[in-house]
Amino acid sequence: MTRLRVAFAGPHVTFQDIGRLGQMRYGVPASGPMDRKAFAIAQSVFGNPPDAAAIEVSLGGLSLDCVEGKVTFAAVGGGFIVQIGSRRMGAWAVHTLHQGERLVIRPGPWGSWTYLAFAGHLMAPQWLGSSATHGPSGLGGGTLVAGQEVIVQDARVEPTLEGSIPCPIWARPRPVIHAVLGPQDRFFSADSLEDLATQPFHLTNSYDRMGVRLRGPSLTPEGALSIPSEPILRGSVQVAGDGLATVMLADHGTTGGYPKIATVVSDDLDGFVQLRPNDAVRFKLIAAPQAVVLARMGDKALRTYLNRPR
Amino acid sequence: MALYRPIADHAVLVEFGTAISDAAHAQVLALDQALTANPFAGFREATPAFVNLLVDFNPIITDHAEVEAHLRRLADQPLTPRTPVTWQVPVCYENAPDLDEVARRTGLSTDAVIAAHLAGDYRVFLYGFAPGYAYMGGLPEAIKLDRKTTPVRGVPAGQIIIAGTMCLITTLVMPTGWWIIGRTPTRVLTGDEARPFLFDVGDHIQFHRVSQAEFEALP
Repeated sequence: MTRLRVAFAGPHVTFQDIGRLGQMRYGVPASGPMDRKAFAIAQSVFGNPPDAAAIEVSLGGLSLDCVEGKVTFAAVGGGFIVQIGSRRMGAWAVHTLHQGERLVIRPGPWGSWTYLAFAGHLMAPQWLGSSATHGPSGLGGGTLVAGQEVIVQDARVEPTLEGSIPCPIWARPRPVIHAVLGPQDRFFSADSLEDLATQPFHLTNSYDRMGVRLRGPSLTPEGALSIPSEPILRGSVQVAGDGLATVMLADHGTTGGYPKIATVVSDDLDGFVQLRPNDAVRFKLIAAPQAVVLARMGDKALRTYLNRPR
Repeated sequence: MALYRPIADHAVLVEFGTAISDAAHAQVLALDQALTANPFAGFREATPAFVNLLVDFNPIITDHAEVEAHLRRLADQPLTPRTPVTWQVPVCYENAPDLDEVARRTGLSTDAVIAAHLAGDYRVFLYGFAPGYAYMGGLPEAIKLDRKTTPVRGVPAGQIIIAGTMCLITTLVMPTGWWIIGRTPTRVLTGDEARPFLFDVGDHIQFHRVSQAEFEALP
């Protein structure tokens, strides 16, 4: 067993697993990692099982003291800085943390989220069979707080795995994201639809695991403010009465009455969340069948990467 | 006639109307149950709402056209919704923070507000907002109010709250702009892993009044 103690944790640093699927009908979104591809790559380093937990680190950063034992870990996602003692390194690498050492993760040149996966079983509380943290309620694995102990059972040291991991081009932030119009695009003027397709938007500081508000052209809906509440998805581009768009993310509310002008394809969401507040983003509108093609291409690229010879 | 709207790369929204109605919701529930009984390869989950059903699928396995064809086949067969369960929920109206204000705004006595609330025929239309927040339609017109202009923070679990024609039982400490008219020991988030959520969408709820002493004596 390896014991780590949280010396510092910024906001939105949580335990996550692959997500809590199938509970949308009870008001529970899947949650899980914001960047699902980076999470999958981190877990694949150790061949961890699909339901294994990892730590998702936000721009707020994280410091962990190793108080007992040692363990090899992978830090994957974003251009984060990974520091052990005075050794300053980067994410997309595998290192071993020893008793008495402090691991510090903080934002580097790019990216908003990084994942710490461990060689061993990371202990995290479960809710409804999943340790994914539902941020607004704190249910599931939970948010990491200073003073808390983090336990890795059956922790291993894997010297042969240490070193860097290639960062594929598709794991970088995506400033152009594909979206399919609807399901409520009929409530928007032709001008608003044109603006969505052609104008730049910017991420704002209203960015957490529930969603990110965008700054850009006003997309005021017409006569849609009393549509009956309906299901929301990760990637829904919801427009409130003030005309501002919000892209719904991992901890999104499951239903809502604001019209959704478009929905971002799932393959682009991992790169989208690695953008930072004030970064520009453009929507490229496509038809639903093309979106399926992108999903299959993205899945194939991830599988090819995960199965690469090492 | 149902409308089938493709969403992104992985969902179809089946729409049975544009305004809330019992007929539209009955169709939502019937298709939901038919789909649960006859899922397609690549089916991930379905989420029922007031007038539509969201059907989420794995785009590596299937696509919008195949899913729509499957759903149309289900909708073509006679859809018989399951018989809903009726739940009895005790409510203590004593010391409820907003009962007097609801009475003032509706021009009713507090007893008349309570009587109206108890007389409602409630049905779970959908879950939303937060885990276990079951939106129960059927609140009588006499106590229909818009939500407060400013939400109140830190409202605990087990509160009976109303706004518009809807009633809810809170499940977590959350902000709400709805009117708090009572509390109940009934927990919609049961804590029981075998049945984590008490109500299914479509279930009926009947409230009955208990005194403060009875409320405190309830498990």
